[in-house]
Amino acid sequence: MADVLLVLAVFLACTVEAVEALTIVLAVGVSRSWRSAIQGVAMGLLALAAIVAALGPALTLVPLNGLRLVVGGLLLVFGLGWLRKAILRASGFKDLHDEDAIYARQLAAANDAAPSSRLIVRDWYAFTLSFKGVLLEGLEVAFIVITFGSNQGSIPLAVLGASIAVVLVTVAGVAVRGPLARVPENTLKYVVGVLLTSFGLFWGAEGAGAAWPGSDAALLGVIATVAVVSLVFTAVMRRVRSRQLSRTPEPVLPAQVRP
Amino acid sequence: MSTWGRRLRGFGAFWWDFVVGDDWRVAVGVVVALSATALVAHDDLPAWWVAPVVVLAVLGGSLVLAARAARRG
Repeated sequence: MADVLLVLAVFLACTVEAVEALTIVLAVGVSRSWRSAIQGVAMGLLALAAIVAALGPALTLVPLNGLRLVVGGLLLVFGLGWLRKAILRASGFKDLHDEDAIYARQLAAANDAAPSSRLIVRDWYAFTLSFKGVLLEGLEVAFIVITFGSNQGSIPLAVLGASIAVVLVTVAGVAVRGPLARVPENTLKYVVGVLLTSFGLFWGAEGAGAAWPGSDAALLGVIATVAVVSLVFTAVMRRVRSRQLSRTPEPVLPAQVRP
Repeated sequence: MSTWGRRLRGFGAFWWDFVVGDDWRVAVGVVVALSATALVAHDDLPAWWVAPVVVLAVLGGSLVLAARAARRG
């Protein structure tokens, strides 16, 4: 069960980040140079693979309880960040993530930049933007792959979840030839936030010396609890937001000010 | 500031943003939650409930602060 949840969590997190990276790569590819954009993607993926290959085996040497405490803590910080943002978006306190708008902004910026070539790269701007997009969006996934994989003792399983997501998003992007605006990114972020927070709580508490009732089966209870509490928070925040908006005074029009 | 100073600051800012995120109080709350769990577990008491309670309270508090900040504009 824990293995299935591991693959699911990595797959969903990777899907979200891959959609965001795809938006950047598409914008530079369409407006600048596909060759340089793909070179940037290849370098970005190579750097991520090197990070996983270097840190993954090193983490398996750390004693399991210490690893679970540190990794659980980091996952908790990450998960709570995702969950907090997702709740703020779902309740209207934060704008929803809009891939179409981001794509349009990236396209405009790419059209304005001056061309320059370095070494075997024809368009340095397209290369660096693709590279940065893939590396930065992928860094969180690399971290999740390493931590989930080393904790469960199965980095290949975590890599499998991430690889399926990258392939699926790439195939969909090539088929659509545009940003994947229809992927329910905000909902996915919510689910990933719940999963990361739950795994973080489970491993973190175990690493701190706590024993879960029912052992591994308790993970399902933790996920259910985090999900329900998050939904309650979202409902409350929605009510708070609508009350705030209803209290906002109507703008005074010039005609109303005149005597 | 020199170029190296700016780069170092940018590097630090990236990792701060990457690890800590939007609200530093959440990161502090996580440290408090796991430390409290360790303390309770050290006394051989059931400690599994401590981290979930503290962490979900921290999340709620962070959301309340975000709502207040939005009201102030």
